[in-house]
This record gives sequence, C-alpha cells and structure tokens, in this order.
Amino acid sequence: MADLTTDFVGIKSPNPFWLASAPPTDKEYNVRRAFEAGWGGVVWKTLGAEGPPVVNVNGPRYGAIYGADRRLLGLNNIELITDRPLQTNLDEMKAVKRDYPDRALVASIMVPCEEDAWRAILPRVEETGADGIELNFGCPHGMSERGMGSAVGQVPEYIEMVTRWCKQYSRMPVIVKLTPNITDIRKPAAAAKRGGADAVSLINTINSITSVDLDDFAPEPTIDGKGSHGGYCGPAVKPIALSMVSEIARNPETHGLPISGIGGVTTWRDAAEFMTLGAGNVQVCTAAMTYGFGIIKEMTAGLSRYLDEKGMTIDDLVGRAVPNVTDWQYLNLNYVTKARISQDDCIKCGRCYAACEDTSHQAISMSADRTFEVIDAECVACNLCVDVCPVDNCITMERLAPGTVDPRTGKVVEAEPADWTTHPNNPATKVAAE
Amino acid sequence: MTEAMRLDGIRAGRLGPEDLAENFADLHPAYDAHEATVAADRCYFCHDAPCITACPTDIDIPLFIRQIQTGMPEAAGKTIFDQNILGGMCARVCPTETLCEEACVREAAEGKPVQIGRLQRYATDALMAEGGHPYTRAPATDKTVAVIGAGPAGLACAHRLAMLGHTVTLYDSKTKPGGLNEYGIAAYKTPGGFAQAEVDWLLSIGGITLVTGQGLGNGLTLPDLREKYDAVFLGIGLGGVGALGLEGEEMTGAANAVDFIASLRQQADLTQLPVGRHVVVVGGGMTAVDAAVQSKLLGAETVTIAYRRGRDRMPASRFEQDLAASHGVRLMFNVAPVALHGEGQLREVELAYLNPDMSQTGETVTLRADQLFRAIGQKLEAVEGLDLDGGKIAVTGAGRTSLDKVWAGGDCASGGEDLTVTAVAEGRDAAMDIHSALTA
Repeated sequence: MADLTTDFVGIKSPNPFWLASAPPTDKEYNVRRAFEAGWGGVVWKTLGAEGPPVVNVNGPRYGAIYGADRRLLGLNNIELITDRPLQTNLDEMKAVKRDYPDRALVASIMVPCEEDAWRAILPRVEETGADGIELNFGCPHGMSERGMGSAVGQVPEYIEMVTRWCKQYSRMPVIVKLTPNITDIRKPAAAAKRGGADAVSLINTINSITSVDLDDFAPEPTIDGKGSHGGYCGPAVKPIALSMVSEIARNPETHGLPISGIGGVTTWRDAAEFMTLGAGNVQVCTAAMTYGFGIIKEMTAGLSRYLDEKGMTIDDLVGRAVPNVTDWQYLNLNYVTKARISQDDCIKCGRCYAACEDTSHQAISMSADRTFEVIDAECVACNLCVDVCPVDNCITMERLAPGTVDPRTGKVVEAEPADWTTHPNNPATKVAAE
Repeated sequence: MTEAMRLDGIRAGRLGPEDLAENFADLHPAYDAHEATVAADRCYFCHDAPCITACPTDIDIPLFIRQIQTGMPEAAGKTIFDQNILGGMCARVCPTETLCEEACVREAAEGKPVQIGRLQRYATDALMAEGGHPYTRAPATDKTVAVIGAGPAGLACAHRLAMLGHTVTLYDSKTKPGGLNEYGIAAYKTPGGFAQAEVDWLLSIGGITLVTGQGLGNGLTLPDLREKYDAVFLGIGLGGVGALGLEGEEMTGAANAVDFIASLRQQADLTQLPVGRHVVVVGGGMTAVDAAVQSKLLGAETVTIAYRRGRDRMPASRFEQDLAASHGVRLMFNVAPVALHGEGQLREVELAYLNPDMSQTGETVTLRADQLFRAIGQKLEAVEGLDLDGGKIAVTGAGRTSLDKVWAGGDCASGGEDLTVTAVAEGRDAAMDIHSALTA
C-alpha cells in the first residue's frame, strides 16, 4: 500500500483528499462524520466577520445538470458563506481539531477588503488550532455583490494586498482560493505569490445558469419566479479546472507554487490527474454532496493501488505531467496518425460514419453490409470517430511509421519532429529565414 | 388454487379471481417517465439504423427514442403513427426479438437490445392519452373505397385512405372490429380493452363508416363491391383452420387454438372460462404458444406443446418459447399426434416421435389430455375470382390482386410474414397505391 500521507505547505494529512469549503464542512457534525469516514482534511465552510451572520435564501439553493439515468454531471449553487455565528464555528473547529489532531483543518475566510477586518479575525482563527487559512476570493454569487469573494479575486492588486495582510497578521500558512471567472488565471495566481501566499487553490465555482424553466421563463434554481447566477461545479467543470491548474504550474512566474486542485474531483483518477498537473492535494465537494462521505474509501484505495502499480510515491506523481503541457506551436507536426477500426469490436452503429461524413472529412466508408473502414487518403486523424464510438478501443489512432507515405498528403512521414515554429507556412519563420 | 384444480375434464374456475387477475396482467408493464428516459438513453442513434430496416413499417426508431429522451413522448408517438397507425398495438404484440430488437446494435454488442417495443408503447400511450386525434383529413374527394376486414391491414388501409380524403366503408363479419387484435392475441399482451380503444381512436379521424356483421360470403360479394365502390381492399385474414385428420377429432375437447384464444379475449369473467386439467397444443407458432400459456394461466395442471419439427425450426421465437417454458409449459419437439383416445370426451393423445425427414421412428408416447388445441396454421377461405399464390391471394406491388380495382393485404395476401406489423404496412401501402390509382 502506497503511503498517501501528504505535507501540503506544512499541513500534514493522512491522505491528499480534503473536503472543500462548502456545505459539507459547515459544522462540527458533518466534519466529524467526514473524518470518521476517512477524509484527510477539511477546509471549513467560509467564515465571515463578527456580527450578524449572512442569510441564505429560503427557496432552492442548487440546480443540476444530468447525464443518463439522472447521473449528476454539474451542480450550481447560490448558497453564501456560513450563516452561523462566528464564535459557534470557531468553538466547533477547536473541538474537532482537538479530537482529530492528525487531520488537516483549514479555515476559509471572507471578510471585507479592509485591513482591520482581516486583522480582527485572524487571531481568533489561529486560536482554534487550525492548520491554515484559505482566503475565499472565489465565490461568484451574492458575496461578490458586496465587494467580497470573486470581486476581490478578479482584481490581482486586491489579492496581493489581502494576502500580504494575512501573512503579516498570522503565522498560519495562507492558501489563496482563486476564481475561474477571469480571463487569465495566471494573473491572480502571480498576485497571490507576490503577496506571500503559501499556495493557491482552484478552481472556485464558475458563473452559471444551469437551466431555464420553460413554463415559468425563469432561471433555475428559481426563487419565487426569479433566479440569480450561481456557482457551477461537479464533473462538468473538471476540464476547465485541469487547464487552469496546469497554466499556473507551468508559468515560470508561479512554477513551484503549491496548488490545491479543486473542480469536479469525483474519483481517485480525477485526483491523480490533478496531481500530475501540479496539484499537491485535491479538494472535493460535489462528489461528496452527491454520494456522501463514503466515496473517500474508493479514492484512497484507488490512488494507493495506482501508485503501487506505477511504483511511484505521491511526490513522484505531483507535477509529473507538467512538462508535457505545452503550447500548440510546439506540437510535433510530423506525428502522423490514422484512425483504425477493429472490425472484431465494431457493432456497426455507424456513428463514426455519420460524424465523419456529415461533420468532418468524409474519411470513413460504409458498405452495404455496414462495414465501416477508414479512407487513409482523407483521414486527418481528428479523433472524432474515436470520441463518438460507443465501444472502448474499437477505434484507435495508429501512428504512420517514419518513412511511409501519408496517402492524404502524398508526403513521406519524417522521423525528426518538426513544429509550427519552423514550418514554412509560418510568417514568423519566413521572417526569421530572410 | 381452488379445489377444481385437481379435477379431470374441462372446467371453469380452476383458479380464483385474484390469481387470474395476476396471471393475465400486462406481460410488459408500461414504463414510467424515468424508466423510459433510462431506456431511451441506451439508444446510440445509429446511422441508417438497422432497427428501421428491420421494422416492416419503417418507423424512424432512433428519432422517436431521441424524442422520448428530450421529454417529448407525444412527438415520439407522432413519429411512430406517421408510419404505423397501429403503433400502439404493435408495441404490445410485435415479436420485437425477431425484428427491431434483434437488429439493434446493442443486441450484437452485449445481448441486451434497446427496449424498443416498450419505448414505443410509452410514446404511443402518451400521444393517445392526450385525447383527440393527431391527424386531419385532406379535403374530401368523391371517391369511395370498401375495406373488407377491420383487422390490422384493413384498419391501416382505411385510416390512410380517410386521411387522404376518400370515403371509406369498413366491413367486418365479426361483431367487433379489430380482427386478430381483438380476437387473436393473448390477453396478457393487450389487457385493459386496448384493442377496442385503439380502433375507436383510429376511427375518430372521420370519413370511415364501420359496418359489422358483414363480410364476403356474409352479405357481401366481390362483384357487388367492385360495382358499388371505386376500389376494394381485402384484409380478410385467414379464417380456416386445418384439421389433424385423425379419428375422433370431433370429440369434446378437441378444438381450434384460435377459437380458444378468441373466447378467452371475449370472456369478461375468466373464472367462467373452462379449461382442461391436462392440455396438449399441437403446433409451433405464436398461436400455439398463446393457447398453451393461457391454458396454464387459467389453471391447467399440465400443458404440452407438441411440435413436429426441431426447436430450430419452430416458428415461435426463442422469447416465446422461453415465455412458455417459464410458465411451466412443456415443449416437445419432433412429435406428431397419431391417435386420440376417449369416449365422447377426449382423454388421451398419442404422439409419435418423428425423424428429421418427418417419418415416424416407431416409438410413441401417450399423454393425458382433456383438451387438445389445433394450432397448425390457418388458411384462406376461398374468394372467387382471385388468383392465388401458395394458398393466399396473389398480389403484386402494393397489394394489387389479379382483379382490377381490388387490392389485398395482411395475412390473406401473398408475401410477408403473418404479423400484425406486416399487415399494417401492407394496408398502408395498398392505401397509397389505391390513392394513386384513384387520383391518376
């Protein structure tokens, strides 16, 4: 069994699976259940400033996108930060940390963008024994209208400023949680680093309307005939999160900055993917909200077994794929592949044919007896047939060996890699050549 | 179980009303909305889908399933009815395992086809439940057509002709319309009076006058019809039943399976329907299975299907064979009845074992039998003046007979399998051909 113990910016936990700051971590009862189930850590539901707590809507807070058989693919929420008194949360955090000293307990915080507000809350959090703090610069709904959450996260200067205050007034590690509702994720990450952040965590939720009620003509979830955009999360957002994590990991300005990966982590496999792209651990929310805390057993067992199979440690895994994330211009244009259809596996549905014939390159033929074959002279290796085929590994992409002729271009496949930077069609190349 | 269960002879009330109600409930209960969505999600929306090719009425199956997926079962129903106005009945009685579902690529891939039949029922039920009728008639023409036989072929033909604006008189010699849908299908495949409800719904398009109690040789003659109407469509089915040709066949207890099935369908109170303690059904088609299974469901103690060929030649599908076996019906292959024993009332059936070339092996077996059902195929009752082909009315193209102005379709016509869905296709296509001829 591979050792899953992780040390993330000095915060130790028995495994890299933390529950993200969200409804599952809103109170002691839930967090104790999570720890009993085996979760490595929690980021407590975001604390606000002392005073009357925020209020939540009393209608529905969540909307959903479903796949087949009502499998939840995406979840949207309009819940705000904790609506319980600050002291209640602090007391409970302290009790939980006392009873589970081996687990990570991080406090998420969101107070107004004023130095006094941060200076006031930080000692009180530190007093609970929390292992660190996460700055909620991500919430895209409600709090952002009041100048907090993503309203801060969208202004790199504010991120830097608040991060610096936190480092100044607290000894705890500071994790800055980033909003994806921006154009370039590298900017806020770099700002956090400049402010002295120990790590960033991402992504927070994405502005979203999950659906529109076609009888009431109102967005879902609908509160008395009206709706507001919420924050989107769950399996559907994972590709966006993976890309943003990789951007930060490979940007020279932030390379090496620890990352806590968030966004649609549902299985051990998702977690491993985040980690290969540079995440030192992951935070989970929607999967737990969909299936309960029991999924942690699948996650830890799966990741452990995978590491054993690979003969790797967690440290080996983190960032392993980062060097392979590159710009388009550096992709090898001499890597020529063709689709190959396994006639033994083909069930003759014809989806590859419809996709290629209608929307791609007319590179699949169909016979009267429904045999589907690739026409190499037309196949650009787009992979669409692979993606729409309902059978695993029925269609694969096979590389043409160097020295063979690509029937589509009539050119010999070169052994040496070559990319756009040296391609004759590239105007920049020509300029350089002259 | 009642005391009557262990009594020999042919008796009613072998089972109580609760058991009978349970036994004759829907074979495939209707899907609810979620079940339908889950089942619909399994469809791959194949290109030029094999299921469409396999459907005698060419329903655009992937399209209607996608319409169910998107929450529009009524639109799905319309897609089905455009091709097959009896899509509701076909959803219940089609041997989908040898048609669309056999062709489904998921059958090839994993042995579990998309449940097309049940999805079709979900869609057609949804549109029919909306009330009203989804089609309107074209402006009335001055053409009149006689449709003889209100079974699947005749109903499909009449509906299409009415839709095209023609005036149709629909005759049936029975007291109720529906043909085999009403009289010839196992009760558990179409419970709840669906057959009559479907006919009422179909006729509500207007332009069709239903006349029951009249048919060829029963008040109507082909020459008169040709004289009186611009066109005639014959969908008269196969009224005759073959005899076994054995001594004693007139004994009480020997009967036609189709008559037993019909009486069962018309019996409102099944506790009053008699059945033998021991039943033997001779034949190997769907009629044999329907009679055998229903005998068992009525409370017969032993039921045996005796088929003269091997299992691989049995016309009833494997699904039907398994259905029979699961109800405790014994399937015997390569046997044929050679003698009936009893005095006035049938008591035993003697079966001879057969070689593959149909010769007797010399070995026989005798089964107790209070009741024997002949299910050895139906045959056409002769119609004067029409050429025949293989014992059926010879047709070319879309049901054209050897007589001018006369079309035929369904089981009575040559070509195609004897299935409800095939009859619907033939009736529909004949209607289009009649329309072309009348408007030429």
